[in-house]
Amino acid sequence: MLTRRRFLHLTGASLAASLAASRVAFASAPTDNRFVFVFLRGGLDGLHALAPFADTDYQRLRPSLGLKADQVHSLDGYFGLHHGLGALMPLWQAGEMALIPAATTRYRDRSHFDGQNLLENGTGQPFGAGDGWLNRAIAGLNGGDQRLGLSLGPSVPLILQGQARVQAWSNEQLPDLDEDFLARLAIVYRGDPLFAMALGEATGAPEPDMGGASETGNFQIAAHAAADLLAQEHGPRIAVMELGGWDTHVNQGGRLTGLLGRLSAGLMTLHAGLGPEWSRTVVMVASEFGRTAAENGNAGTDHGTGGLALLAGGAVNGGRILGAWPGLSNRALFEERDVLAVNSYEGIFKAILTGHLGLDPAYAERVVFPGSTDLSPMDGLLRG
Amino acid sequence: MRTIASFIALNRFGLGAAPGEADAIGDDPRGWLSAQIQPSAPLPEALRGFRSSEAIINGILSARLESPEAQQRERRRAQEQDFDAEMLARASQMITTRAPLAERLVLFWSNHFTVSSARRQIAPAIPSFEREAIRPHVFGRFADMLLTVVQHPSMLVYLDNTYSIGPGSPAGLRHLQRNPTRTTLNENLAREVLELHTLGVHGGYTQADVIQFALALTGWTHGGVRRGDRPRHGGFQFIQRHHEPGDKTVLGQRYAEGGVDEGVQILNALARHPATAHHLATKLVRHFVADDPPEAAVEQIARVYLETDGDLGRVMQAVIDLDAAWADPLAKVKPHYDYVIAVHRAAGQGAPHRRDIVQPLRLLAHLPFTAPSPQGWGDRAADWIGPEALMIRLEWVNRFTSRLPGGVNPRAVMEQSIGAVARDVTQTWVYRAPSADAALTLLFGSPEFQRR
Repeated sequence: MLTRRRFLHLTGASLAASLAASRVAFASAPTDNRFVFVFLRGGLDGLHALAPFADTDYQRLRPSLGLKADQVHSLDGYFGLHHGLGALMPLWQAGEMALIPAATTRYRDRSHFDGQNLLENGTGQPFGAGDGWLNRAIAGLNGGDQRLGLSLGPSVPLILQGQARVQAWSNEQLPDLDEDFLARLAIVYRGDPLFAMALGEATGAPEPDMGGASETGNFQIAAHAAADLLAQEHGPRIAVMELGGWDTHVNQGGRLTGLLGRLSAGLMTLHAGLGPEWSRTVVMVASEFGRTAAENGNAGTDHGTGGLALLAGGAVNGGRILGAWPGLSNRALFEERDVLAVNSYEGIFKAILTGHLGLDPAYAERVVFPGSTDLSPMDGLLRG
Repeated sequence: MRTIASFIALNRFGLGAAPGEADAIGDDPRGWLSAQIQPSAPLPEALRGFRSSEAIINGILSARLESPEAQQRERRRAQEQDFDAEMLARASQMITTRAPLAERLVLFWSNHFTVSSARRQIAPAIPSFEREAIRPHVFGRFADMLLTVVQHPSMLVYLDNTYSIGPGSPAGLRHLQRNPTRTTLNENLAREVLELHTLGVHGGYTQADVIQFALALTGWTHGGVRRGDRPRHGGFQFIQRHHEPGDKTVLGQRYAEGGVDEGVQILNALARHPATAHHLATKLVRHFVADDPPEAAVEQIARVYLETDGDLGRVMQAVIDLDAAWADPLAKVKPHYDYVIAVHRAAGQGAPHRRDIVQPLRLLAHLPFTAPSPQGWGDRAADWIGPEALMIRLEWVNRFTSRLPGGVNPRAVMEQSIGAVARDVTQTWVYRAPSADAALTLLFGSPEFQRR
């Protein structure tokens, strides 16, 4: 059963003084557009989610794992969507979903840890910065006291860590603390910025209405909460959600069917929960890297390079496969094993930040993704 | 003697002070720690009587011979009687021990060599993996721990080596005939040993080294893989038929064809490698000194590691001897698990109730043996303290203190646990709290208590 986690609304006078710095001033937000980043940690096999089922190289590389025409929803006669993502087909048909194969970050090695860190810090180097690119972008949007960023889950991921204060939400089961206690604690926390800031950010934030929620599974519950908070006028605008389990070295067929089903259920929960705001939403689903083009001997795939980006939302110029596609011939593969990453996540991120959220392009180049000027914002992602 | 040094010994190097423990240390906190370096200490009483990994895994594999339902039943039974029971016994041991340094190192190395229950097949045998492969070696040689870990069935399954077959081995050639495009080699274990367990990601190895090392490790599996006439068992098994023939070259060193010895020799070389020394020293100094480890301290520890051939007892003594470890008593934040243990120790109530271990750690996504990936959990303040995590800690500790018996005196608990480092403001508000429960919640919620 779903339990309701009540966020703390702190009011009393003593508290107002002690928490002055964390009070939310409802200035108008710099943008009314919404962005949700869904991070699939572990390395999603892009060739399994969006299968080039009509490609003979694909079937040659994947004699047992390769999806056949009757196992996919064909999108253009060449690429097909894994049946686990079938729930998303209405979005595709409405022109609200685009797919970008052969895409990844600037990372070219095969460590989850480094690959995720690079994707999140935005510098092009693992551990190149101690904060996240999305947090820097939020700082650049200058939302004043309004917390534009929202993290779903018990800990804030690196991509959202940094100077800009963000809100966090997770499905929860313990009783709330009383306001008087929190006021005292806020005084004790003065002088310890780590604790003072965390407490400040946990309090005074808007709360999602989980009353009618009927979803099961953490990802869907998080999607319900994210949609409800993002739909609020003075709520956050940018959310990060995570779904793990994609490191499918072994028996990936069954595991991915379940995971892709959960992913699509969560995305459709966002779609339903955002209501009219869906029309100004971009959701991007991405993973730290793709996987090997060939299957391994264990009906799985190993760490690779080019992966997938999935975009959904009413603001997406969808119903199409975007970006270049290098194919899977031996000569086209990166290091003779991986899909060549001809499309860059940074280019997609920049298009969303500048074209959708209104971030200054010069700031995006200089501060959010330093050293990436050769990766231009991707054209044609957004509705005109 | 409640001095800052005793606070550091009990918290930075321990699991938090139990009532009376600070006084028991006396005026020699470093000596108190050094005396805990006991390379051949027996297994703690609380952890005796649990089944071996071999028995657990053998039970699950044997049930599989009967039927899928029987295997399901056996796995569920093992999850309860082996995993859950030992996880709780381990928490109990950590709450009641008076030699916490070894327990801290069990936690440290268990995280370094993460095996996670994300793989259900071996999940019930992860606490036993820690007991068999980590615990005996925390003051022994790193090379011994490494070999035991890499040959342990839990690790071999977790990082997929049971599936790895040399493409030129008899079994691999048969595969190849049937499926010309499929590779039978699985690089996962080899890659993670290089990246996470030994050299570190910048340790100077290449993709070619990963493949060569993976080839050397082909055939390393457990006794349940073999079909046919041989009896199944749950321990380490080398299968020559899966092993890639020929020499292997890793980090420029050639290893002659030698079956299982190739992997053993490579692991020994990796354990002695300067990059491994630097990688392990960095992690140890980050753990016991500061989130951003001072380079001089790292170099000092790496030097001792190399000079002693990876003697972890002497390495730990060198960490204790670092002046930097005794400079700032509140530099680090306790991870969620250590925090829950420290609250129990400070409250002085002995063995824990199951819900007080499981509930907070489940909500904080930090249940033992469930790390999200082979990297294990992070070791910086930002990994532990965010808005949501902080509120869960506070809400849990609020509930925990509300269940404590009435006789627990907040002033005494404060004095014993953080007396040496408590700021005036913390003392003031603990004294002013409207009830004993509220005072204890505020004390356990204070930065001084959550740091170390």
